[in-house]
Amino acid sequence: MSASVLYDAPGPKARVRNRIYAVAGTVAIVALLAVSVLRLSDKGHLDPAMWDIFNYAGIRQNIADALLATLKAFGLAAVGSLVLGVALAVARLSDKAPVRVLATGFIELFRSIPLLITIYAVWVAFLTDYSLWALAIGLSIYNGCVQAEVLRAGVNAVPKGQREAAYALGMTKTQVMTTVLMPQAVRAMLPTIISQLVVTLKDTSLGFVILYPELLYSARLIASNTQVNGQYPYVSTIVVFGAIYIALCLALSALATWIEKRGRRAKTGIAVPDAAAKEIVLIADAGQALGNNTGGPDGPGITKN
Amino acid sequence: MNVLLDHFPEFRDGFIGTVSITAVSSVIALVLGVLVAGFRVSPVPPLRFFGTLWVNLLRNTPLTLLFLVSFFVVPEIFFPGMSPFVLGALALGFYTSAFVAEAVRSGISTVPLGQAEAARSLGMTFSQTLRMIVLPQATRTVLPPLSSIFIALTKNSAIAGAFSVTELFGWTTLMSEQGYAIGPIFVWVAAAYLVVTFSISGIFRVLERRMEVAR
Repeated sequence: MSASVLYDAPGPKARVRNRIYAVAGTVAIVALLAVSVLRLSDKGHLDPAMWDIFNYAGIRQNIADALLATLKAFGLAAVGSLVLGVALAVARLSDKAPVRVLATGFIELFRSIPLLITIYAVWVAFLTDYSLWALAIGLSIYNGCVQAEVLRAGVNAVPKGQREAAYALGMTKTQVMTTVLMPQAVRAMLPTIISQLVVTLKDTSLGFVILYPELLYSARLIASNTQVNGQYPYVSTIVVFGAIYIALCLALSALATWIEKRGRRAKTGIAVPDAAAKEIVLIADAGQALGNNTGGPDGPGITKN
Repeated sequence: MNVLLDHFPEFRDGFIGTVSITAVSSVIALVLGVLVAGFRVSPVPPLRFFGTLWVNLLRNTPLTLLFLVSFFVVPEIFFPGMSPFVLGALALGFYTSAFVAEAVRSGISTVPLGQAEAARSLGMTFSQTLRMIVLPQATRTVLPPLSSIFIALTKNSAIAGAFSVTELFGWTTLMSEQGYAIGPIFVWVAAAYLVVTFSISGIFRVLERRMEVAR
């Protein structure tokens, strides 16, 4: 149902009323913002001096290093989670019961434990001196489990005839998986996979717990080590670093949307799910939600053709 | 084994902390999420714009950054001196509200078209249509994603532990700093989280069964 079904085309009275609501809502939001800005500037958080710290070469260098550190952790975690995701998905779909049970147990265990605790445990137990690797491995384990569930849903959504035809041609199990099922699953699930990568990118910020010098860690460091007029520049630092994060995530999300649109244009293959609608459920719990979320014009799930 | 028996009171406090911050922020997220979803389908363009902005902004911000905002910026503007628990619950609730809003919105879109058309032809206003016809029917499709969202919320509440809220992650770091091996700590914490997440999915399964309608 599109939103416009919920209300009639406004007549003269409704138009006036809508305009009143619009003005009232806008005024309320603007007032809230104005109060916030006033209070902040009263306390001196909006002084030019507070923002001037970003003109120093040292701080700029810090931000650049931190950005690089975040991207490094993200890159490693992205590769690691995709590799682990494929491996776990294949293991969970395996014909051999022990392999299947092990993979299922691993996925269920690490998906239900907070990522923060996994990262912390990896750091304390194995890699105390290598926080980059601890972060990357922690992220890979958790996101690998989620990606595995996504891929499994994708493989299950491939029409049954594909697998049967491949077996009928005399392909081995490995061949069927690598040349028939996986390519179609990846193609159908690409938007969802990228949405999960956005989550991975956001989660690199958990590195601050294990003292990995990524963006958020250095934001806290800058804000708590620089003093301007006797105050710590938390507000300006948070605004700057927040903008960096949002820009990074929006860029990745835009990529997901673009791929999804491209996939929709092509009429072959299995239906590409709606990235935006999927993202919400995915963050939480890929397998369960993917299984349930079928139908609806706004978020078509995995439909079998 | 020891680590749990030696420090059971702390563990219990941590468990209660995790459960209560999850409960409080779920309520915040649910209320705000439904409200924002209503904004997003409303006939008033500025409200629609606000809803879209809210969802996109909050969904693309790391939760940790929201915690920073909540702990260092919010007290400068409103009510200084709120406890870490309240600030953490606010950050978690606001973050999760964006996901709840999206789930509710996609739930609204699964309600058959004829329902809203019938409501309108009876002369119901937008808020009546939404409140009395569409949202009650959307509940059924929204429940499964909501359950996943609340499970994610439970797991995200660990971040509050890094901001000096008493909960299970705090217990983890405390015990590990006291020199206990991380293995058993990890197992106990994992068990505690499993209890919480299984209860959430259990509650939602019961709700789903209650709301089930034979069609």
